[in-house]
Amino acid sequence: MSKKDEKRITALIVDDEDLARLVLRELTQTHPEIEVVAECGNGFEAVKAVAEHKPDLIFLDVQMPKLSGFDVLELIGTDTPVIFVTAYDQYAMRAFEVHAVDYLLKPIGRDRFEAALERAKSRLGEKMPAAPELAAAARPPKQFLERFVVRDGTRVTLIPAAKLDYAEAQDDYVALASEGKKHLKQQTIASLEACLDPERFVRVHRSYIVNFERVVRIEPYGKDSRLAILADGTRLPVSRTGYARLKTLLDQRT
Amino acid sequence: MHPLLTPINRFGLYLLAWVPLAGILTYLIAVPGKLGWLDAAVLIIPLCLVYQFVCLSAWYSCKAAPIQKSTGQRLWLTHVIAAAILSLLWVLLARLLAYGLSQMLAFQGLDLRLASQLSVLFGAGFLLYLLSVASHYVILAIEDSSKAEARLQETSLLARDAELKALKAQVNPHFLFNSLNSISALTSVDPAKAREMCILLAEFLRMTLGLGEKASVPLSEELSLLHRYLAIEKVRFGARLQMEEDIPEETKSVQLPPLLLQPLVENAVAHGIANLPDGGRVRLSGQSRDARISLAIENTFDPDSTPMRKSGLGLKNVRDRLEARYGKEASMRVSAENGNFRVELSFPADTQEVKS
Repeated sequence: MSKKDEKRITALIVDDEDLARLVLRELTQTHPEIEVVAECGNGFEAVKAVAEHKPDLIFLDVQMPKLSGFDVLELIGTDTPVIFVTAYDQYAMRAFEVHAVDYLLKPIGRDRFEAALERAKSRLGEKMPAAPELAAAARPPKQFLERFVVRDGTRVTLIPAAKLDYAEAQDDYVALASEGKKHLKQQTIASLEACLDPERFVRVHRSYIVNFERVVRIEPYGKDSRLAILADGTRLPVSRTGYARLKTLLDQRT
Repeated sequence: MHPLLTPINRFGLYLLAWVPLAGILTYLIAVPGKLGWLDAAVLIIPLCLVYQFVCLSAWYSCKAAPIQKSTGQRLWLTHVIAAAILSLLWVLLARLLAYGLSQMLAFQGLDLRLASQLSVLFGAGFLLYLLSVASHYVILAIEDSSKAEARLQETSLLARDAELKALKAQVNPHFLFNSLNSISALTSVDPAKAREMCILLAEFLRMTLGLGEKASVPLSEELSLLHRYLAIEKVRFGARLQMEEDIPEETKSVQLPPLLLQPLVENAVAHGIANLPDGGRVRLSGQSRDARISLAIENTFDPDSTPMRKSGLGLKNVRDRLEARYGKEASMRVSAENGNFRVELSFPADTQEVKS
């Protein structure tokens, strides 16, 4: 295992608990080919460290303050293989199984660690499944996304769902409009729609999702379409089916 | 026991119901039957007195032939035959009474005068008995439904009790696995600390199991459980978890439902401290005044972090248990201001142990 010609693997350990990081570091120590380039105590540090060190492999805790492991994966993209670590989360475990993502359960045993590492080595360079889909699969049923994470360089912004005015599709990205600013995020509008509470957010158009609370009125526009006027004056196109969805929601509420 | 006989006022009502019936019958015999009021009254009043007891016997035939389980034909046959026989006996009794009275000078020839009215009397007896059968069925139905309701209430109470018990004895698996992970980390770097943590965890589990079986415990016992819980979490979170406690000595003998505070402290750590990258503080405080005790659990929290559904469930559980024990005597106030989450419980300060 410790052959000199074996490729060096740089790894990152991310966990908010000191002792949990310690276990992982200890387990990697018997593998000279693995070099732990950094240890991070939270998701923000992890996003920075990934940009800085470009590690080959990340051990990533699922439950962390502010930014969960899923958020981190969402922010760093799918290029780096991740081995998730969790103590107990039935939904996350199921999501990992479904998407064939490696994961370790705390307390971490040596055998299980070795197996995960072997698997990860054989898959170095492979892409991870898209983070939003993985995170959606790990959410308990009937629970919707309560906030979004977006990254600009290494700067991470959290946007609570209540502060999202609307989302606009732009090729492979969505632009999230909140408090007068737009944040780009790599996700399709359809997968975003699936994460949102349908009683608060409406797909009014092929390219637009609007926060129902923000709509002040609907104006006719052209022959078959309409315009939604938001509280801040923004005008969004509303398709015929989009108008029907808005109406259903309005009827439900009144 | 016959339901019309047991509460004495119910029997009185039954007797009262017979007054108009006897009145109508007397009228029928007196006026259309041309017997005269005196003759009719002297015959009908004693006859009705006897017959009302006879009609009570319908209870037994109704019970023997419950309306839900018997076929219509059989039901009718049973009661019609019974009505005919009893009514016939009643007419015989009437004749006997009339004969006896006719021996007196004042009522001479009464038996002869009654002879034309025997069919009326038979009809009345027949109908009165059937009326009694119908009322008994109504009473049976009412009794059945109130019994079913009582049973339903009882089962829902039992289910609730079981549910509360299950919730009480629950140890959060997340906490357990994280603690085991901490121990596993400590074994190589600090074996003595690992052992200490094993013992803390064992004590915590033992106390949780033991307390769950009791109906009430002194606050001091609940506190010593909390101390162990927090000591374990302190190992996990290190400097991120700070603790404060301000509980006056004199409140520690107050009895409370076991594991009432534990879920609140667990929430404070899991949804407060664990969501803060730089950690925070958990504070327990209490005071007693006017035979009441109020206990508060506070923690720093991140206002931007998403509210967890699980924590809401824990709070509801505590509220339910408080209400189940103290009813309106207890109150629970939850507030979240300036990054400080606070739950305050207030309830009567009893020092008597509640037996389960």
